[in-house]
Amino acid sequence: MEELLKVIDKNGLIVGFLCVGILSLFSHWVSKNLLKSKIPGSAIAIFLGLVLGYLGGFFTGGTKGISDIEIFKGIGFLGGSMFRDFAIVATALGASYLLVKRSGFLGMLSLVIGILIFFTSGVLIAFAWGIRDPVSLCTIGAGACTYIVGPVTGAALGASSEVIALSIGAGLVKTIAVTIFTPLFAKKIGLDSPGSAMAFGGIMGTSSGVAAGLAATDPKLVPYGAVTATFYTGLGCLICPSLFYLILELIFV
Amino acid sequence: MIIYGLALLSVSFILGQWIGELLGKLLGINANVGGVGFSMLILMVLKEVFERKGWWKGDLVLGIDFWNKMYIPVVIAMAASLNVKSAISSGNLALLVGIIPVFFGFAFFPVLLKNFKQ
Repeated sequence: MEELLKVIDKNGLIVGFLCVGILSLFSHWVSKNLLKSKIPGSAIAIFLGLVLGYLGGFFTGGTKGISDIEIFKGIGFLGGSMFRDFAIVATALGASYLLVKRSGFLGMLSLVIGILIFFTSGVLIAFAWGIRDPVSLCTIGAGACTYIVGPVTGAALGASSEVIALSIGAGLVKTIAVTIFTPLFAKKIGLDSPGSAMAFGGIMGTSSGVAAGLAATDPKLVPYGAVTATFYTGLGCLICPSLFYLILELIFV
Repeated sequence: MIIYGLALLSVSFILGQWIGELLGKLLGINANVGGVGFSMLILMVLKEVFERKGWWKGDLVLGIDFWNKMYIPVVIAMAASLNVKSAISSGNLALLVGIIPVFFGFAFFPVLLKNFKQ
């Protein structure tokens, strides 16, 4: 047993492949046999991934989900930003440059509208909660965009660490909400073509959530959603602590 | 050779991330602006060029297609290593700010499509 643990410890990434493989096999079995393929296997697998992420945090108190448990640390490496971004770029293989170019304007427009929707509604909810100072309002509104825009904005404006932590929490909840709700609402909102996926990536923005949500909806749409969503965080980091903060300051000071 | 495809994917990735970092620096923010998006655009353009030259075939494509297909497993691993516990327990305000705007997004999405679809 000691030898096996040694092998597992030394080959984390390989163990990660094995774990995700087993999880996928189980999820596809559940999808086919228990749910009559009504929910795609990959959607179940991503959801179960989130459950494992919760359990990991519950048992270890760490911040990296299941990968905080020593023998599962390879899952964290496999799901880390390097492999995630590399695999997202590879999905461009299935995308057509012409289609991207044709929907480019819609994609860019949706980016701006998306950031506006999330920032404004985030600020309004925080305001309704009783928060009045513009720095905290701006940080929380930025957190409603993504869990990166929140802390970047908070740090730039000198927000308190509680407010920054709150903005990260809000951004994480958003990622999870987009992951879970996208496959449920996709048909209803007309998310079924490359052009609409590009607009969707711009509106929702969280690249992890958009990518995971589209993967569970229709993997063919992933590259189109990802290509716009990846600009969202950068654009958010640009305008939340500058333009949006100035506007809030004008209103609240 | 499979490594040619992998190298092509890697060069697109590195160049795109580099542009993203440079753009972030240029705009004076401490973030990568669209690095992944630029990488994808570079790969799409390279694909067009290679197809025209007749180089886009066989093992070269397999090298990229492997990672294309690894995408969902990577996302599953990502979901499993998110800080889900802290997201759920970071307080009611974080939950509201995280969820309610998502519904606004879903509600507004069909309006945007209707008005701007080509």
